Amino acid sequence: MGKVSVRFFARYAELAGCSLSAVNVQTPATVADVISRVREVFPGTQALPPRPLAALNQRQVKLDATVNEGDEVALLPPLSGG
Amino acid sequence: MHLTRHRLEVADLLAEVQSVERGGTCVFLGTVRNDAGVTGIDYSAYEAMAVEEIERILAEAHERWPDARVVLQHRLGLIPVGEASIAIAAAAPHRDAAFAACRHVIEEVKQRLPIWKKELRGDGSEKWVEAHDHR
Repeated sequence: MGKVSVRFFARYAELAGCSLSAVNVQTPATVADVISRVREVFPGTQALPPRPLAALNQRQVKLDATVNEGDEVALLPPLSGG
Repeated sequence: MHLTRHRLEVADLLAEVQSVERGGTCVFLGTVRNDAGVTGIDYSAYEAMAVEEIERILAEAHERWPDARVVLQHRLGLIPVGEASIAIAAAAPHRDAAFAACRHVIEEVKQRLPIWKKELRGDGSEKWVEAHDHR
């Protein structure tokens, strides 16, 4: 098992009840695996869309991207900058 | 400094991009609208990633328009109606590149920056804004 940092922002942070935490997953994992674990650990995040936007180590990635121990996965609500 | 909690100063951005070789300068400002009772918008960001992403967007613009110079600042925190949330200045030897680079950067910003807005209304209510396609 490996520890992966998770970050939540904006409405997702309200759903999770925190903005920064960590989960344990079997690594290497995928971003989708991490999100599944997040849904178990933070019940409020079950309201997240089935395929939320995600960043791995500060870059947007697809949900099949590989996650290793010590990585950071950020769950991003629909972007609305500008 | 790409992210700030202070008022955006266009003159500062212009000073960074203008030079005697660049005869065309273009500025884009995004300001908070008074939609349906909105009094302000609270902007939040994944700041470290937003800075990285802005650097990448500007580097890509530089690659595509090597003679142009583009800078941008995004304001965070509570921004009242009428004040700017984003300012982009682009200067190039001629206007075509200045307009094109400026347009390119704002469109990439809209697609890529991890920034979110929560509308605050006069009646005290708040609403997270989901992205939309208005241009």
